[in-house]
Parts: sequence; C-alpha cells; structure tokens
Amino acid sequence: MSTIEMPKPDRSVIDRKALIVDALCKVLPSDSVIFDEHETRAYECDGLTAYRCPPMVAVLPRTSQECSAAMRVCHEMNVTVVPRGAGTSLAGGALPTADCVILGTARLKDVLEVDYDNRIIRVQTGVTNLSVTGMVEDDGYFYAPDPSSQLACAIAGNIAMNSGGAHCLKYGVTTNNLLGVKMVMSDGEIVEIGGGAMDAPGLDLLGLICGSEGQLGIVTEATLRILPKPEGARPVLIGFDSAEAAGECVGNIIKSGVLPVAIEYMDRPCIRVVEKFAKAGYPLCEALLIVEVEGSEAEIADQLSRITKIARALNPVEVRVSESAEQSALIWKGRKSAFGAMGQINDYMCLDGTVPVSELPYTLKRIGELSKQHGLDVANVFHAGDGNMHPLILFDANEPGEQEKAEAFGFDILRTCVDVGGCLTGEHGVGVEKRDLMTYQFNADDLEGQMQVKDVFDPTWLLNPSKVFPLQVSAQRRAGRS
Amino acid sequence: MTAFAAPTTETAVTEAVRAANSQNTAVQIIAGGTRGRIGSLRSGYECLDVSGVAGITRYEPGALTLEAKAGTPIVQIEAALDAENQMLAFEPMDHRTLLGTSGTPTIGGVVAANVSGPRRIQVGACRDSLLGARFVDGAGRILKNGGRVMKNVTGYDLVKLMAGSWGTLGVLSEVSLKVQAIPEAQATLLGQGLNIETAVQAMSAALGSPYDLTGAAFKSAGGEAMVRVEGLTESVAYRVQRMQSEMCKGWRVVEGSDSAALWQDVRDVVPFAGREGAVWRLSVKPSDAPALLEDLGHPDAICDWGGGLVWVLVDHAKDVRQVMTKRGGHATLVRANTSARSTVPVFHPDPAPIAAITKGLRAKFDPRGILNPGLMG
Repeated sequence: MSTIEMPKPDRSVIDRKALIVDALCKVLPSDSVIFDEHETRAYECDGLTAYRCPPMVAVLPRTSQECSAAMRVCHEMNVTVVPRGAGTSLAGGALPTADCVILGTARLKDVLEVDYDNRIIRVQTGVTNLSVTGMVEDDGYFYAPDPSSQLACAIAGNIAMNSGGAHCLKYGVTTNNLLGVKMVMSDGEIVEIGGGAMDAPGLDLLGLICGSEGQLGIVTEATLRILPKPEGARPVLIGFDSAEAAGECVGNIIKSGVLPVAIEYMDRPCIRVVEKFAKAGYPLCEALLIVEVEGSEAEIADQLSRITKIARALNPVEVRVSESAEQSALIWKGRKSAFGAMGQINDYMCLDGTVPVSELPYTLKRIGELSKQHGLDVANVFHAGDGNMHPLILFDANEPGEQEKAEAFGFDILRTCVDVGGCLTGEHGVGVEKRDLMTYQFNADDLEGQMQVKDVFDPTWLLNPSKVFPLQVSAQRRAGRS
Repeated sequence: MTAFAAPTTETAVTEAVRAANSQNTAVQIIAGGTRGRIGSLRSGYECLDVSGVAGITRYEPGALTLEAKAGTPIVQIEAALDAENQMLAFEPMDHRTLLGTSGTPTIGGVVAANVSGPRRIQVGACRDSLLGARFVDGAGRILKNGGRVMKNVTGYDLVKLMAGSWGTLGVLSEVSLKVQAIPEAQATLLGQGLNIETAVQAMSAALGSPYDLTGAAFKSAGGEAMVRVEGLTESVAYRVQRMQSEMCKGWRVVEGSDSAALWQDVRDVVPFAGREGAVWRLSVKPSDAPALLEDLGHPDAICDWGGGLVWVLVDHAKDVRQVMTKRGGHATLVRANTSARSTVPVFHPDPAPIAAITKGLRAKFDPRGILNPGLMG
C-alpha cells in the first residue's frame, strides 16, 4: 500500500546480527540492548504509522558515554543507526530499516542543571518537552517551544526536527531557544557545542545541528533557554465568512504592532468536526481565528481591544473575547482537540507546509480546488501568524488505493506551498514523508551542498541515511558504505 | 590591496569566484568596509568588492519579511522599514564608531558577522531573524537555503551556518529577513552607584520577571545599570512602575528618543571609541561576569545582554582570553594594534573536534581556500 520507498535491507548486515548484538552487549548494560523480534516491534514506526518496519536491534543508553560506546560499535561494524526520541515524528524521521540499530533516548532522563540566574536548564535529551516546563514552572518559568505532542515528544526529537508549536509566533522555535548541546558523532566521539552563553565561538554549528533530523550526530544533552512566565494570557475568538477576510485580519494584526503569542486558524470542515467532539461553542463559519495575547490584566485588555477593533472593521460573524480562565480553556479546547477529533471520524494525513502570510487566502482556495480534483475532503487547522499550514486530508485507510490518493493530494498541496514562495515543511521535518519532494524545492547544487555537510559529520552515512534526501540523490553516498 | 573584481550581479559574483579559483587567487570579500579591521592580520589577498550587488528585492510589511541583495546599505533597509513603522529587531551594531572606520554598513556584512545588539536577549541574534540566504561558494556554485517564510525546517539550516561565518564559506548574494513593528513606546530605567555584582543581580532579577525586557546593560564607568521595556504605551508605563517597586527601586526613568540614544551608545560601544587600548568582546554566562572582571583587574567594561556580553578596554598587551579560560565562554579581539593582532588569534580557537568539523566544512564549500583565508584563524 505504501508509495514511499525505503532501501532494501543489507543482507550481509542482518546475517551478522548475533555478532552485532554481542558487541553491543559488551559495552552496554544487558537491559539496554533489545534484539528479540517481539520486542523490537515496539520500534517499528513513529507517528507516521502508515509505514512500519521493525529494526534489527534497539539500544537504550542511559548516558552520553553509553551512547558513544554503542555508536562506536555500530561505526566499527558498519551498521546504520536510526536515532529515536519519543517516536512522535509525523514525517517518519524515526522510521527504521530492517538492518538498522535504533538508538533511543528514552532512558536519557536526567535534569542536569537548573540555573535561574542565567535562565537556562541543562537536560539529557530523553526528557519530554512538557516536563522541561514542569521542572521550572513552580518557580515562574517555562520552556517556550510547544509542539502539539509536547506531553510525549522528547527534547532529542525537538532538536532533530527543530520543532515549533502554536506559541512560536512570539517565542521562536527550538533553534531560537537552544544554547548548547553535547553530541555523539557518528564515530562515537563526544563533542560539546555552546553552553550557557548567548552565542558560541566559530561557525554556528549549533544552528546547523538543530533540524538536521538525526543525520549529523546524536544529541544527548541540551542547554535550553527558559523564560519567565507572563503574568497572564487570554484569547479572543473571531469568526469570518470568508478565508480572505480572515487572512486580511491576520495581516492587519501583525502589521499593527500588537504581537500576539499565537494566531490559530480553523476552516469550516474542521470547525464542524471539532464542535461535535469538543462542544467549544464555535460558530460554524468559513474561518475561525483564535488570537492569544499575554501580559498583565490591563495589558491583555489593551491588546485585545486593539485586535477586536481590527477584526470588527472586516465584518466578522462573531468576536468573542474570553472573560475568564474557563472561557479561555473552552476556546482552546476545540483547537487543541482538533487532531484527535478528526481522528475519531476519519483517517487523516496531516501536512505541514509554510507559505508567506500574504498567500494564505490563495493557498486555501487552491487546496479547495485540489480537494475536488482528488476527490478527498480536507480540513485546515494551522498557525496563521507565521503561515505554517496543517491541511488534514481525510481518507479511509481500509479502502485500497486511498492512502496513495491522499499522498498524491498531499504532494500537490506541498508543491503549491513551494510555488507561492513557501516551503515543504514548517515544523515537522522532511523525514521520509517529504523526502521525494526535496528536488521540487531545491536544485541539484542546493542538495549537494547539504549532503556535503553530512559528509563532514558522518563520512560513511551511518546516521539516519535514508531520510531527508531522495534515495536516488543519496544513493552513491549510501552505497559507499558497503 | 588591489581590486580583483567588483561584480554587480550574483552571476558576476560567480564568474569572479570562478576566476579567483582558476587563478588560485585568495580574495577578501568586502562591501561597505566598515568591519574590515576585525579579524587576523592578513596579506597577499585581493579584494572582491560586492557593494554593487545591492537593492531591496521584496518587502512585504504584512508578512513581516524583507529580502535584499547583500550589498544593500543598512541605512537604505532601515529607511524602507521605517516608512512602514518596522525595524530590524536584532538592532545590528554599527562598528564605525568603535573601529574608527568609514564607509557604509551593508546587510551582507551584518549577516556575515552575525551582528546583533541589545535586543538579542528578547528577539534573538541576527541569525534568528535570518530566514533565507543565497550565496556563491568558493567553487563558484550558487546555493540557496531557507526562504522567506517564518517557519521552515526543509533540509539543513545552512542559513544559520552562513550567519557569522565571515565570508569563509561563501559570498552572500541575497538574504531574507524577518522584521518587526517598531514598538509604540520605550522606556529605560537607570540605576546609579552599582558595581558589576549588584548590577548583574538587578538585571537577572529583572530578566527573570514577567516584564519582558528588551535590554539590560551596565557600564562600569559611573556604575550605571539600565534596563529597557518596549511595547504598547500603557504596557510600558505599567511595567516601568512595577519594576520601580520591585527590583529597580529608586531608578530613574528615561523615555522615547532619550532612551533610544542610551541603547545606541551601548550597541555601538561608544564609550570606548577613540580611546587608547584593545577592545575585547566576551561572551559568557551572565553570572560569570563579576568574577571575570575581577580576574581581569576591573578594566573599563560595558556589559550588555544582562551581563552575558562583556566589552572590555584593556592594554594592547593583555591577553584577555588567557585569563578567562577557566570561566568558560569565548573572547574575540575586536580592536587592537598591529602587534596584538599578529600575536593573539582574533577569534576564539575551537577545541580540536570542532576545529576538525570547521575545517571539513570549509574544505567542502571553499575547496581551494580562496575566501577570506586566515580571517577566522
């Protein structure tokens, strides 16, 4: 059923499985090496569940040294390694091959340092995104990047994919909040880059590593910025009769100088499903915006009044300012349950392209046309403030051919994003899902330049080799390994 | 220094780099020339002047994005932004005052040196506002990375790699930046009679508060600490009043253009301009700043970023880097006489494994080592 290809597993590696397991067991505690075929199945997929393949072995180190030791073995025995955080990637970033070792960060769970004077926290990267905030919130701080999967996803994966979230509009994505890493290189060497200072010397390797999808090294420790919590936050819900009006409203808010922490968008198909599921009291209209601002009570009131004034000039069907914590929760409840609600009624594929904010109305219109053309419904829910779209393509996974149809539709949407000056992925990463579209956004030189970076960090292409770059484009380099 | 080429288009840059390649000619990339005195002393290079590759190519105020060719003067970009009540949020330093240079700072120079000002603590550095870049690498290839959208994780982030690479990986031809609305109001609270220890404490308390500072600095001369808030008028007034009753008791309020002038002074390290001595730029954990200044014998210092960015004015012969080693962080020798620049590495030497990666990357993007060789060491 699948249309995304993975390379054929290397028989000569699988034949050496016993030797490889032995070598790994020599350098790791026995409970850290998983090789039983029933147990390795737990690692057969990530959030992109349409694609599955149990790895040959999975290892779960507890320290950077153990991670280094495991990597050294794989390097010596010429075995590919697929790094894995919590396995929530929607792009198949942690999808194994049958001849690989999964190197999971699940047991790298220590908080190493909390430093309020310098507003940083140092953690092992297996900790979840939300637990970082959990560690410091009683003292009035938080960690800003907030991907929807924050309850489950690991900092390791956040760094690999340069994860974003709804509140990135103000606070930036992972790369803007990462100050340092300890990283295991493909030959097992442990390097440290950056730390407690606001910048690191030399080339910006930290910026290069963040978002490199586990292809340049395995980040085992991270120094993250933590920020003081705002005094309060409150959203306003604004409904419009047209996508154009909503798009104009977003542009006008941004231009006005008010800086909301989030501007979220939902279209009619999404509102309909979410309303049934969450009963948030959303008006059934063409486009719904949730705009959240932060500050003291007076600051919030001031910002919300400016925003509602901008909105009212565009004939909204509804403007509902939250007046209490309960109302705020209700307004967010619908948005936060959107993916879950959609999953209740349908299989869906969640896309992640970004477009210039000015192109939002056109892109939505084009998605509507493509929906008719492909004969599949689509619902839109996304971060409008930064143009990061999440069209949800609805299909029936049990119906033969539907998955392929949905993928083809998705590819057309992502091509549209590139056509209007945007990109294939805003926060989920390329993984395997968007791998084969890379040639649409980049020319051969651009891709070669990126692959040369991998050549420097991982000369034999052991780390997550079948991701990001189309298989044909990376074939020679991967073949060079054997 | 002789002029090797002065291209006015990206294609011409490519031709110039290819020519340099085939002749094995090392070039120094220059546009405005205002930062040319930073970096190790070098000789035997020719000059690749890219100031002609200039002009704003696209500006969408509603999307908060601006694209410009690398040689575009900052003043031109700021004028275009100002007309729409927007700005470069990262407040790039103008090095002319400190270095005594003339010429016109360009956006390419700002990006190549990742030049960032006091607002770094809130909005990030230049690299955090940089959305996309086009550049010609040392082999003459035109490469593009990133784009003009706010969120983009498509492929490796070579955009960040280019920011602060000082032209050692490629010649920037065009950049795309995130811009921001000019805040409606700003105010600075000024505290007197502080020392580095009490100042860092006060700044940390303010930075740890919910009042969303956009500047926190201290000047050792006069013992003056300052913190800035910006935003909507009422909000600024509210936050000033809160801070005055909490961590900034008795501090004086300065508003509007007077406040802006104070920060321009810090941004451009104006107090060290025209004064004898070497100027070092130190990047440290803010809480390390007091001990570091003590180790250095309490030189004249300007501390930005809440104490995380320390500018010191010292004797040319003093090796500040040697002294700071045990504290961590890194040091750049930004201004010094010829003798100091030829004995001390200007940029902080990388530890061996990092140096190996750096060398590897340079070998890929500049295989013949013709772009700004020796500049970063």
